Amino acid sequence: MADTPIPLEVHDIKKRFGDTEVLKGLSLKAHKGDVITLIGASGSGKSTFLRCMNLLEQPDEGDLIVHGEKIHFKQTRHGREPADWKQVVRMRAKLSMVFQSFNLWAHMTLLENVIEAPVHVLGKPKKEAVEQARALLERVGLSARADAYPAQMSGGQQQRGAIARALAMDPEVMLFDEPTSALDPELVGDVLKVMRDLAEEGRTMIVVTHEMAFARDVSSQVIYLHQGRVEEAGPPGEVLGNPRSERLRQFLAPKH
Amino acid sequence: MEALLAQLEAQLADNSIFTLQTLSYYGEGLVTTVQLVFLSLIIGLVAAVPLAIGRGSRRRWVKMPIFLYTYVFRGTPLLVQLYLIYYGVVFVEGIQESWLWVILEKPFVPALIAFTLNTAAYTTEIFHGAIKATPRGEIEAARAYGMSRALMLRRIVLPSAFRRALPAYGNEVIFMLHASAIASVVTIMDLTGAARFVYARFYAPFEAFLFVAAIYLCLTFAILYLFRYLERRLLAHLKPASG
Repeated sequence: MADTPIPLEVHDIKKRFGDTEVLKGLSLKAHKGDVITLIGASGSGKSTFLRCMNLLEQPDEGDLIVHGEKIHFKQTRHGREPADWKQVVRMRAKLSMVFQSFNLWAHMTLLENVIEAPVHVLGKPKKEAVEQARALLERVGLSARADAYPAQMSGGQQQRGAIARALAMDPEVMLFDEPTSALDPELVGDVLKVMRDLAEEGRTMIVVTHEMAFARDVSSQVIYLHQGRVEEAGPPGEVLGNPRSERLRQFLAPKH
Repeated sequence: MEALLAQLEAQLADNSIFTLQTLSYYGEGLVTTVQLVFLSLIIGLVAAVPLAIGRGSRRRWVKMPIFLYTYVFRGTPLLVQLYLIYYGVVFVEGIQESWLWVILEKPFVPALIAFTLNTAAYTTEIFHGAIKATPRGEIEAARAYGMSRALMLRRIVLPSAFRRALPAYGNEVIFMLHASAIASVVTIMDLTGAARFVYARFYAPFEAFLFVAAIYLCLTFAILYLFRYLERRLLAHLKPASG
């Protein structure tokens, strides 16, 4: 483990919304090929933590190191902000995010969605991007829907399309923010299947999820958050199979 | 062509109002109206894009003047704005001696300025609303994928907002066409000006004004058709699945 590269490292992240401190010093180290799942009750800060990793939320304290490059911050009147937005843009291009509500761009077809950032952010030639996009859509089982608009696709299709969009960036780390929470139960399986395949091929992934089976079977590390703190962390067998804290036991217990 | 004209003249021979002479008034009026409306819409549209972006700025000194401008021009009658510019321009110190007077002396340019300022104000607000209505998630996705502010504006926010603004902007175009009728009060021979002239000459209100109303209807129909076509093409993504 020690020798594998570390594409993403966050250290002692703290975040306040007004008077409430939602993240009370969270750290995480993603080695290449790691699948880290963040679990916890709603309000535990797991989504906020994930959103701090690509600076969709600005952490008030703490360090972010992407591919060995430390992100610079500066203090302003409005709080702490990145000192160099070019650096942020560069680091975001290395981390691609899959959202709970898909967030595909509605005025573009699926194919246009997938090639958008590779062409306009990474500067990839369009022809190459289209070829790659077609291959990715094939992979997530959507080659037939390349010219459909998001509004014409089911939730499951949109989310698989969003995963293809994320893959097209050739990211160092993929961030998943509750990717199956907005889906009808019968559509969850297809999306999880795609994510399992990605984990198997050695993608580095950080996943916020309520799918305990996915956390147990796929992840290399499970982090249980409670009120902005890491309550338990470790290999899934340990954390999920043999929880030490009463809280986690209750969280994992069947709800009925 | 001449045969056609001769035929037209023969057919119009037994009515005293719609002679080739009066028809040519209407024809010139049509050209003037279309020029006035088209030019003011184009200039207004081009001006409205940066204004709408600035209107949504976080900086007070950017958004306040733009808000003030749109508030004043949407909050006062177009006719009053036209009077102010047409009659007011004379009182600007030294303007009659400057080269500008050559164009400002005629009513066309003052009217064009009034119409442009007016439509730019409305269009700014239409675009501003459409930009504000961009789904938050789409903006987040753009940020998360490493887009800079400018790129996001160009690729995501504006294309999405223009589509959303299309129906409302179509109404603005029709509104401008009809509002342009007041150009005739500052002696411009637009369509309505021509109709007023014909009315005064023959004392035939129904013939003069029904005829011009029919021309306005035709123009409106053409605009409606154009926007229906644009909406079908550009708003396809909002239609739910059928195939």
